[in-house]
Amino acid sequence: MSNPSNTTAAPQQQRGTGFWKENLREYGMLISLLAIVLIFAYLTNGVILRPLNLTNIILQNSYVVIMALGMLMIIVTGHIDLSVGSVAGFIGGFGAVLMVPYHINFAVAGMICLILGGIIGAAQGYFIAYLKIPSFIVTLAGMLVFRGLMITVLGSQAIGPFDASFQKLSSGFIPELISSEGSFYVTSFIIGILLAVFLVWQSFQTRVRHLSHGVETEPFALFIGKNVVVFGIIAYIAYLISSYRGMPNVLIIMGVLIAAYAFFTNRTVIGRQIYAVGGNAKAAELSGIKTQRLVFWTFVNMGVLAALAGLVVAARLNSATPKAGTGFELDVIAACFIGGASAYGGVGKVTGAVIGAFLMGVMNNGMSILGIGIDLQQVIKGLVLLGAVCVDVYNQRR
Amino acid sequence: MVGVRGGKTAAPFSYLGAVMLDPAPNTVPHPVPPAGKPPILEMRGISKSFGAVKALSDVSFAVQEGEIHALVGENGAGKSTLMKVLSGVYPHGSYEGSILFGGEERHFRDINDSEKLGIIIIHQELALIPLMSIAENIFLHNAPSKFGIIDRDERRRRTKALLEKVGLSEPPEMLITNIGVGKQQMVEIAKALSKDVRLLILDEPTASLNETDSAALLELLKEFRRRGITSIMISHKLNEITEIADRITVLRDGRTVGTMDCHAGPVDEDEIVRRMVDRDLDSRYPKRDPKIGDVVFEVENWSAYHPLHSDRQVVKNVSMKVRAGEIVGISGLMGAGRTEFAMSLFGRSWGRHITGTAKLHGRELDLSDVHKAIKAGLAYVTEDRKQLGLVLAEDIRKNISLAHLGGVSSRGVIDDIAEMKVAQEFRGRMRIRSHNVYQETGKLSGGNQQKVVLSKWLFTGPEVLILDEPTRGIDVGAKYEIYTIINELADAGKAVIVISSEMPELIGICDRIMVMHEGEFVGEVAGEQATQENIMRAIMRRKVREQ
Repeated sequence: MSNPSNTTAAPQQQRGTGFWKENLREYGMLISLLAIVLIFAYLTNGVILRPLNLTNIILQNSYVVIMALGMLMIIVTGHIDLSVGSVAGFIGGFGAVLMVPYHINFAVAGMICLILGGIIGAAQGYFIAYLKIPSFIVTLAGMLVFRGLMITVLGSQAIGPFDASFQKLSSGFIPELISSEGSFYVTSFIIGILLAVFLVWQSFQTRVRHLSHGVETEPFALFIGKNVVVFGIIAYIAYLISSYRGMPNVLIIMGVLIAAYAFFTNRTVIGRQIYAVGGNAKAAELSGIKTQRLVFWTFVNMGVLAALAGLVVAARLNSATPKAGTGFELDVIAACFIGGASAYGGVGKVTGAVIGAFLMGVMNNGMSILGIGIDLQQVIKGLVLLGAVCVDVYNQRR
Repeated sequence: MVGVRGGKTAAPFSYLGAVMLDPAPNTVPHPVPPAGKPPILEMRGISKSFGAVKALSDVSFAVQEGEIHALVGENGAGKSTLMKVLSGVYPHGSYEGSILFGGEERHFRDINDSEKLGIIIIHQELALIPLMSIAENIFLHNAPSKFGIIDRDERRRRTKALLEKVGLSEPPEMLITNIGVGKQQMVEIAKALSKDVRLLILDEPTASLNETDSAALLELLKEFRRRGITSIMISHKLNEITEIADRITVLRDGRTVGTMDCHAGPVDEDEIVRRMVDRDLDSRYPKRDPKIGDVVFEVENWSAYHPLHSDRQVVKNVSMKVRAGEIVGISGLMGAGRTEFAMSLFGRSWGRHITGTAKLHGRELDLSDVHKAIKAGLAYVTEDRKQLGLVLAEDIRKNISLAHLGGVSSRGVIDDIAEMKVAQEFRGRMRIRSHNVYQETGKLSGGNQQKVVLSKWLFTGPEVLILDEPTRGIDVGAKYEIYTIINELADAGKAVIVISSEMPELIGICDRIMVMHEGEFVGEVAGEQATQENIMRAIMRRKVREQ
């Protein structure tokens, strides 16, 4: 401490390498996703990047992404939720019963479903947060209970089809406002470009603000490179989507949710507290954080998101079947861990979980196009999950 | 088994008769160790360091066969470390010096090596499995078996025999959780006996026992001595030690102060205390000119019960006052209830059935949870910064703001620039040595971690600061800096309470010291009059009265 140069010289030395090291995980994730897309693009002769297929990838993985947002927060607090697949299926079935035999308006039915999802989450969260029963056990029980209830509600048969207005939740596309004809959807493309511009503008703003206050920032070249890549990718995806049928409604829902959750976890007081609970629950509690209440609400949130995912799946299949939702929990949990969440809690990012979900989605899709059997696909996905977590643990130890 | 060993150690028995005739004041027959005989255990020049902290330096220690040898010293004097070196918890090579047992040099790689030779250690925290039976616990590792299948009848028979030796009549099938702590201690000893014990080491065996159980345990140790089993007993209870020990070795600051022979003449408890605590207090504490104001913080009739054993009252109707600008110390032995008192006060974060009132500037406070306690102006710096104080995987900045996120946010959204500036300010003021405020706290040294914890609590703007072992595991230089910070806080008019097991530290920095024992304040010493001896004496006096 007597050496003042210690305190002033160090940040500069650190700047370059330190930033790389600390953010390696996020850059690494993005690079892996790109690499996998490129590999499959090569192997499938570009089929994977065709507008139709890309739209399908987004639609097929929307439910995983939606649930991964909630699951990430649960994993960050050091818990797990195995019931999300069953809850999504149950809510899908419940909503189908409301809408088809009872002819309840889809908006009303949807609201009831989301509230019911929240209640289910609250029930499980109560056992976990306040009664201190391990989340693994509570949600394992929930997995069985809601799978059973779903079959009861559906009477072991598929219920459908739905009104066209409800189907639009999943299979609809945003309306074209500018060009009424032709095969290129200009509105969607503009929205995509605006989003890309907004993201780049925002990261410039943040950088300027940080620099003016002497906060450590990434090296300029890296910053530029990252923004060029982000802009390029979003613009390219927007272009591809716009050359098929435009932006799917569910992509808009997903985009809004991702932005909201990323902001919530990164920037808000409650988001910060959730990480602290996962990092060291006792220290968090002794710092005045209401740990039980936070854990409880993360489960309520998960319940609502699982309900939304259930509705999205039902709308996409245009029927609720007793099989819906089976195994979803595994995809969702895998997405979080591939995306860099720590099984010990306290670590994980929303963007990581989203990238993880798409990484799985691209692999599923790519391997299916290549005609790889479902058996081998499972093996490969399992190994990717294990490998991703091993890389993470290795990075942590260094 | 004991019987077998008894044959080999016949020598002490020959002394029994002679000593019996001797009307010694202690009435217990002390088999005086035969002069000239080599000791059963000799530890020579033992040094052991943990990083920069030297726990033992050049300790020499010898135990004669068949004696009860007491090992005394303050908390942190190195007693437990020495015993861990002896039992192989710290393997050969991780320390300097040599261990001779039974006349041969020994290199223990782990605790199994020492157990094979009959060196059995019984730790302060009992290592029994609560939901297993007595028999299962005693024969956990070496159950009598036939073809790999446990022979229950044989185990039962042997357990019964062992229990008889320690004076227990419980059935071997009884679960550990259903017997009291005193009897559990006896089961631990029975377990030691099942392992062919030659040297029994007991780490504060009576610390958690009541008088009857303590007396029974001491009787048992005397009985063992008659059978020729050598014992080392670590204890803070000097009256017990002078009653039972043949010789006493005093450790202080990781060094041997000396060994006293109880047969050479009566041993004075004060003399032991003096040897335990004597050391110079020169310039280790920054000078301060206290400006003490009115009473700021007041606690009245504070009580708390153990969270699991609801009949155990750990804090008993405690009352105290702290004035503005005053540093009040709380001294006491381990388990006196100091941390429990502080944590129960701080938003009921420990214990249950908590009663009592706390006032700040004469107004009663609502301390029903931690959040409210912080809002009320309390801050508690925990004794265990890694487990309870810091989120180690998070950086300095996030740890500092954690208890007062409201101070760096508006409408629930964190202003990262404001947060960074707060962190940088504290980093400068506290002289936290790090690359920047984005460094993980888990990678800082103990002293810097403690400064982060202090920063976190100062950022909450407290009126009352409770610091629990604020310098534990910190090097001397960082200690001085922490003391300086504490002084600054007091000079800023805060009420500061310091809990510490290091008496010199309390004497060095406090204006007043409260002495706690068994959940009560048993004495109060003004800062300028405080000496380690009169603090120790306040504790000991109380102990004697309890007998």
